[in-house]
Amino acid sequence: MNINPITNFKELENIRNSYKEKIKIRFNEYRLDEELDKYHILVCTGTGCSSSESHLIIDKLENEIKKRKIEKKVKVFKTGCFGFCKMGPILVIHPQRTFYCKVSPEDVEDIIEKHILNNTVVQNLLYKSPKDNTVQEKIDEIDFFNHQMRIALRHCGIINPEDIYEYIAVDGYKPLAHILKNNISPTDIINEIKKSGLKGRGGGGFPTGLKWEYASQYKEEKKFVLCNADEGDPGAFMDRSILEGDPHSVIEAMIIAGYSIGASQGYVYVRAEYPIAVKRLEIAIEQAKKSGILDQNILGSDFSFDIDIRLGAGAFVCGEETALIQSVMGLRGEPRPRPPFPAEVGLWEMPTLNNNVETYANIPVILDKGAQWYSSIGTKDSKGTKVFALAGQIQNTGLIEVPMGTTLNTIIYEIGGGIHDNKEFKAVQTGGPSGGCIPKSLLNTEIDFKSLTDVGSMMGSGGLIVMDESDCMVDIAKFYLQFAQDESCGKCVPCRIGTKRLLEILEKITSGKGELKDLEILESLCYDIKNSSLCGLGQTAPNPILSTLKYFKNEYLEHIEHKKCPAGVCNNLLNIEIIDDKCVACGICARVCPVNAIDGKHKQPPFNINQDLCIKCGACIPKCPVDAIHKV
Amino acid sequence: MDVEKFQIEPNKIAKLNNIIDKYKNQQGMLITILKKSQDIFGYLPLNVQSYISYKLNIPISKINGIVSFYSLFSQTPKGKYTVSVCLGTACYVKGAEEILKSIKKELQIDVGETTMDGMFTLNATRCIGACGLAPVITINDKVYGRLSPSDIPNILYQYLDDNKKSQLSKEMKQ
Repeated sequence: MNINPITNFKELENIRNSYKEKIKIRFNEYRLDEELDKYHILVCTGTGCSSSESHLIIDKLENEIKKRKIEKKVKVFKTGCFGFCKMGPILVIHPQRTFYCKVSPEDVEDIIEKHILNNTVVQNLLYKSPKDNTVQEKIDEIDFFNHQMRIALRHCGIINPEDIYEYIAVDGYKPLAHILKNNISPTDIINEIKKSGLKGRGGGGFPTGLKWEYASQYKEEKKFVLCNADEGDPGAFMDRSILEGDPHSVIEAMIIAGYSIGASQGYVYVRAEYPIAVKRLEIAIEQAKKSGILDQNILGSDFSFDIDIRLGAGAFVCGEETALIQSVMGLRGEPRPRPPFPAEVGLWEMPTLNNNVETYANIPVILDKGAQWYSSIGTKDSKGTKVFALAGQIQNTGLIEVPMGTTLNTIIYEIGGGIHDNKEFKAVQTGGPSGGCIPKSLLNTEIDFKSLTDVGSMMGSGGLIVMDESDCMVDIAKFYLQFAQDESCGKCVPCRIGTKRLLEILEKITSGKGELKDLEILESLCYDIKNSSLCGLGQTAPNPILSTLKYFKNEYLEHIEHKKCPAGVCNNLLNIEIIDDKCVACGICARVCPVNAIDGKHKQPPFNINQDLCIKCGACIPKCPVDAIHKV
Repeated sequence: MDVEKFQIEPNKIAKLNNIIDKYKNQQGMLITILKKSQDIFGYLPLNVQSYISYKLNIPISKINGIVSFYSLFSQTPKGKYTVSVCLGTACYVKGAEEILKSIKKELQIDVGETTMDGMFTLNATRCIGACGLAPVITINDKVYGRLSPSDIPNILYQYLDDNKKSQLSKEMKQ
């Protein structure tokens, strides 16, 4: 891409106006007279759709367009995540806003032939609502998008993240230019952010404006701005999707943060395991530098600010501020006690401001539309919107953004389309390893930072995992504890050894050796670890146990008192049995059994499993030709 | 100190030097240097760690402390194909554990181990961000989604088959 430096504000405005014209087709309603013969095809290249090889679709589209010599009529763009990952790969054609899902390279010819050349839709690629099987043709008509409000994700799925001019066209870098042009004082910017009510989207929910204010107060010569893009939560992918779909909004916000606190250097700490996010960020930084938006004398002003990438190497604890700072310096990511807070003593002992990707993505739009507009969205306690990664036993998995105060019910049933396979809803887990499970009776909870903490969970970075009757809550608690145990940095004893002891007790219970007194030990140990751990990882690691103990104690009791796992998950508590009526006495099961626990007479059903000998390996189950062996 | 003492493959030492020289004067680039070195060797053997320690004048204990801390780094050689099973929550509730079991059984190795023939290494990873496709595994960079345990043998066989074919064609050319 050819990029020339933008040396003054007028030039930026000119670019904005000319590019706005070029991509307006994506924003206008379908107008027969003007747009009939022009098309923009937007293909999702987020991690989800890339995993189902959306790049092959792009290649094929481009080939097909070249072959038919219709380059002037139709253009193909790659975008970030549309959010509806379940339906990927996704392709949207403007100006009609037609939403095509589960597209494969073989469909490309059909799309060009029918949609582009004959102006009809390709019926078999349209989205059908699972509720009533109605076809929902345009992106705005689809249930999944209906209840959403996109602020942090405003550009994802609309602009090409690898083209800085498309970002400028959607008013990108306008707030930054406004600040530099009019010499807006850092105090005014910080006040505006404070007024907006924005809270940190990384988990804890600390007021962002206040954080900026603290960092701005120290007068050291060198200060730093950090972006935490080390999303380690299992089941959360909002930050990487923003980086993949709209990296410039994060860069813009970091420059504004640098201006506000008096820093000249920023670092984005991003996981090396997120190759697409790293690549897009590198492209965006390079383009911003070439455009004169980063580095020396930004947009011709006296303000200079630079951004570098620092690769994270896969440690969940590095999401914790003080550990992250260690890791950015190239060391082991071990946390340290606070205070002093990073705003005072941070990177290389200098004042450091650290925010998460989603928090930054909100900044430019707040400054553009004003704090009042932003604070009118959400609840009394939490303003604005929150991005959630919706996954688990639910129809519509994907990335969603809803105003604070939306109920869990709306998220799960309206946007998420309800539970998979018509099963019974059991719980929804929010906040990842630091959060907890919320039962059915609390589905009307209006989500915000406070309400989620009140019900024993937390916002966390925003993973939202739905569970049904086939999930065992003790097993889920064990899963999260295993995670906390693996990811503990080991520096403090309560976290390193405490989580190990918790895990051992859970293993004891799920293997059928649990005693009633274990529950008491479990609970008191949980509180001890919460109260004495050094950092957020240890302080919140017991939450999955405490919340499941609170709402699903009966499942723990079933495991302990009756040695049963009601959901049928914990292997040791299940028996493998032969259904007598189905058994044809072929004897295959007896031959594969490694411990000779199955016996019976050939052609004289039924065969029997000796439960005392059976080691529950399950080897016999798939071998049975009449499907007569089951776990009970 | 004599560089030869480190016994690093001659064809790789220039690449390694390039990386070290490129980043050594920037603050806090040790993790990046280690990551890029691992890209060259496939893993971080002790002699490479000592060489980096010598070149950067950082104690080997500190370097090894970092290598052993982060899950991205490996101190043992990896197989030709790295099979990573996503154990994110979404994949877990969709049965990733069964998938992992099936792979373990098929390859006869545990997590973190490599098969005797050097073909496969088995890893458990956290969320790769393709929750819509859960449960998911990756083999090198290729993603396989919406799996059931019975899909595993076929997928793995494909790699063995491709490998055999490419070796045969190599031999034919010779």
